[in-house]
Amino acid sequence: MLAYIIQRVGQSALVLLIVGLVAFSMFRFVGDPIDNMLGQERTAEDIDRLRAQLGLDQPFVVQYYKFLEGAVQGNFGVSYRQGRPVAEILLERAPATLELAMVSGVLAILFGIALGVFTAIRRDGVLANVIMSASLLGVSLPTFLIGILLIYLFSVELGWLPSFGRGETVDLGGWSTGFLTESGLKALILPSITLGLYQMTLIMRLVRSEMLEVLRQDYIRFARARGLRDRAVNFRHALKNTMVPVITVIGLQLGAIIAFAIITETVFQWPGVGLLFINAIQFVDIPVMAAYLMLISVMFVGINLLVDILYFFIDPRLRADRSGGH
Amino acid sequence: MSDVPIPVKPKSRLRIALDSDLYYTFRRSPVAMVSAAVVLLLVLSAVFAPLIAPTNPFNPASLNLMNGFTAPMTPNAFTGESFLLGTDDQGRDVFSTILYGMRISLFVGVAAVFFAMVLGITLGLISGYVGGWTETIIMRTADVQLTFPSILVAMLIFGIAKGVTPVEYRDQMAIWVLILAIGLSDWVQFARVVRGATLVEKNKEYVQAARLIGRTSGAIMLRHILPNVLSPVLVIATISLALAIIAEATLSFLGVGAPPTQPSLGTLIRIGQGFLFSGEWWILLFPAVTLLALALSVNLLGDWLRDALNPRLR
Repeated sequence: MLAYIIQRVGQSALVLLIVGLVAFSMFRFVGDPIDNMLGQERTAEDIDRLRAQLGLDQPFVVQYYKFLEGAVQGNFGVSYRQGRPVAEILLERAPATLELAMVSGVLAILFGIALGVFTAIRRDGVLANVIMSASLLGVSLPTFLIGILLIYLFSVELGWLPSFGRGETVDLGGWSTGFLTESGLKALILPSITLGLYQMTLIMRLVRSEMLEVLRQDYIRFARARGLRDRAVNFRHALKNTMVPVITVIGLQLGAIIAFAIITETVFQWPGVGLLFINAIQFVDIPVMAAYLMLISVMFVGINLLVDILYFFIDPRLRADRSGGH
Repeated sequence: MSDVPIPVKPKSRLRIALDSDLYYTFRRSPVAMVSAAVVLLLVLSAVFAPLIAPTNPFNPASLNLMNGFTAPMTPNAFTGESFLLGTDDQGRDVFSTILYGMRISLFVGVAAVFFAMVLGITLGLISGYVGGWTETIIMRTADVQLTFPSILVAMLIFGIAKGVTPVEYRDQMAIWVLILAIGLSDWVQFARVVRGATLVEKNKEYVQAARLIGRTSGAIMLRHILPNVLSPVLVIATISLALAIIAEATLSFLGVGAPPTQPSLGTLIRIGQGFLFSGEWWILLFPAVTLLALALSVNLLGDWLRDALNPRLR
């Protein structure tokens, strides 16, 4: 098992190194940062000074090493557009995205599992069929249209909820939270539904199909024959055994939530990391793009690694397989 | 003379198509027929947009700013002109912009899927047939790329490509950059399926026979293996098309796709969102509904095709 974990950690490190190379190449070869930072009226001295300041006058290998060194320490250079350190901007924006992702993740997991179990147990019920059909529409509806629809209903027509921004935030030692004010909580509702809806449908459909599979097994029939109550059979015996694939998907979707937050944040002008990234692309702000790429890769690779390792603890069969086969 | 057998007339291609299982299941599925009809209608109206559209929305000469913000089916207060789906802020006919926008959406979607398909098939065939290091490198790359959501990959490629193109060409190149970005973000599916199928096919007798008579590897891959792995590719292509259309719309909506000078449906929705609060709902609603109809019907068609070609999944 230890060998397997070491192997997986090694693979993850390799992936991160490759991503680092991509990020660095973006830095080095895409566009001319001098062009991006200085306007039309610039002097040769300005150009030289900035070139030296950004380290662009040094050889390739030195720059790559400096980039890696900096990245490990969380130093990603200076944003071309805002002229401030990228790490500082990212730290300032991170709480907004993390809070949004957390709320939508919790919503998606809770409602996804509950609805999945419900539609599996009442598979021929009217309500379950309505939910299933609605979920099909939910999967093909693009995220940004869901957001616009919600804004139209709850902000334009009903005027209940704000359509953009985070509302008032409270600063807790560098972490600005929207959880503590009424307007902050209100502002969270629409974006988190928009972001969580797709993941919720995914989880729900997965739980349902896994449940249906498990409910067909002999040990469920046996449990019923023993006279156990429905509740015990459904939750203690069936749901527990659907959890392996569900946890995989939840783990992988956690990363997807952060990525899809880009879309939600743009629709709701939510001042998070995703909106920062989109603006960086629009203005070709390479340091911000590279930093975002590195950050999100660490997250994705880390989550993948964690999910793989978690398997060992959830499903004993995998442990046996690995020690024999690999 | 009468007992001479009457020569059997060879079946025409149309007859073969009409007798096929695929057509039979198609006729039995109302969902598939309706979605096919919707797709056909939308594709045709996109292709013939210059003939159908009442105005050319990108010809400044045909625009009249006085027509701005005309509601659908009601005559304009100043000019008395009326428009089927209303006009936007610059007096452009929404119906015409949708037709032209759909052209761009469909073009980008189809071209991106085609690009992804060619790339994926090539890499999948090579890694399945050749194996060894080549296979390891290609499939590892695929694994790594699959770790990231494809929309994110597309955004990143778009950003890099935008940085590489000179500022004055950025708007012109945006469409091609979009195709590249969506195509590159989507090849993995094709490569995986083709590789899997190739691994099965390459040990069959007909491939061994072809190898024995001395056909080259390239010819075996293209002429012998490829035709036998195409049906799953077709299914993935259809489903990918729906995803590519949504991806394009999403990127354009986010402002990192088709520029306002060549608006796709996503760009139109982006523009329309700005008028949501001022009450000009038609500028947003009609492009959104069109996008939804397009994506949904292509998606349903893909689902049907998957079930029809692979009865085990039903």
